[in-house]
Amino acid sequence: MSGIIQLSPLDLSFAALLILALAGLSIRLRLGIEKRILISAVRTVIQLTLIGFVLKALFASAASGWVALMALTMLLAAGYEVTSRQKHKLRGAWGFGIGTGSMFISAFTVTFFALTVIISPEPWYAPRYAIPLLGMLLGNTMNGVSLSVNHLTQNVRSHRSVIETRLALGQTKSEAIADIRRESIRTGLIPIVNAMAAAGIVSLPGMMTGQILAGNLPLDAVRYQIMIMFMVSAGTGFGTLAAIWMTSHRLFDDRDRLRLDRLRS
Amino acid sequence: MSRLVTEGLRTICGGPFSFSVERGECVALSGPSGCGKTLLLRALADLDPAEGDVLLDGMSRNEVPAPQWRRRVGWLPAESSWWFDRVGEHFSKPWKKSDESFQWLEKLGFQREVLDWKIERLSTGEKQRLALFRLLLNEPQVLLLDEPTAALDHMNVGLVEDFITTYRRDAGAAVLWVSHNPEQIARMADRHFQFAGNGLEAVQ
Repeated sequence: MSGIIQLSPLDLSFAALLILALAGLSIRLRLGIEKRILISAVRTVIQLTLIGFVLKALFASAASGWVALMALTMLLAAGYEVTSRQKHKLRGAWGFGIGTGSMFISAFTVTFFALTVIISPEPWYAPRYAIPLLGMLLGNTMNGVSLSVNHLTQNVRSHRSVIETRLALGQTKSEAIADIRRESIRTGLIPIVNAMAAAGIVSLPGMMTGQILAGNLPLDAVRYQIMIMFMVSAGTGFGTLAAIWMTSHRLFDDRDRLRLDRLRS
Repeated sequence: MSRLVTEGLRTICGGPFSFSVERGECVALSGPSGCGKTLLLRALADLDPAEGDVLLDGMSRNEVPAPQWRRRVGWLPAESSWWFDRVGEHFSKPWKKSDESFQWLEKLGFQREVLDWKIERLSTGEKQRLALFRLLLNEPQVLLLDEPTAALDHMNVGLVEDFITTYRRDAGAAVLWVSHNPEQIARMADRHFQFAGNGLEAVQ
């Protein structure tokens, strides 16, 4: 780590001025989102500061129990976020359960794979590697899962008569919903696939930028970024598949009836 | 043994319904809108959860996998739905390109070319007739028809009525026909039930 330039609170307040300017523009143009901009900005400051302290303590202790607790908290927060982004949620605990479950299956498996097989820190759960990696996986998987599940439930609602006609003609639930399911999975995967295609040309991914700013050699940063891109795409893909599979099954009952009453209107 | 037997069937807005329909028999159902005619047909096709039992040739719906039940107890919704670009794609699975099927198409007023037509060029009436054709390719033993001629002109009403009568006789199918038209009911139905209160009442 060769001399990174430290940022003082004063430096950050200059950056904050830009956000204030944006909020001002929102008021001026009556966009109506100034409140959300400001609240989100404040949340960024508070959440990141808190996580800074948490990570500092975590890196100092590196006990497996604390790492597990941290990972669990992140998972539940991602599950909550997925649920709150749904226009039509599954009733009961299903929405949260399926979102959280699919992210657990994919993000945790992929992170574990990356830590044990690819990076191999000592111990494998070393928080300096485990927590940022899991964070990136959960963040992206969360986007894929929430986009695709939202697409699924909205389309099942709007294509109800098509699905029921197909059922009435003797198709199984999987046949009747196959097209919508495929499209939903695609919707969830397109952002991350596009990000892979545009990486390095249009955008410098955040993690690589961070490493370069922190003084690492660009080629080292690139290798990490390639690994992350692959992990994140795979994690998003597996998570999206799992969430769509579970959600679409929940939308039918054991007699292959479409059960829109299981969605909140 | 009756072809279709309904025992204490309850939909979310009516019932219990208990009645039976014989082989080759046509029973008309009428009543004001919103009284649950469609819900009754959906329950018979096992598309909505409903208490009670429905039997086809003595076999309960619960003894048969649902998709198979729906192929035998065919529901024709009042409004037809199409999801692919062309007409023919909707028939891919049960579609046996046999001469008999083509004869059916002709009896319903279509040429073979209709299979290549795009859905958007179909009129509501054409869609209705093709939806009936699509349903009958499954060769159902019970037909649940929800105002099947509502969107048709006079000539096509005749085509569809004749077609259903022929199918019903040949296949020994039991037909439940929702209609608002007293003349059509007189022409087609052996018996006529009206929705009254929560149940059905026979009309002489």
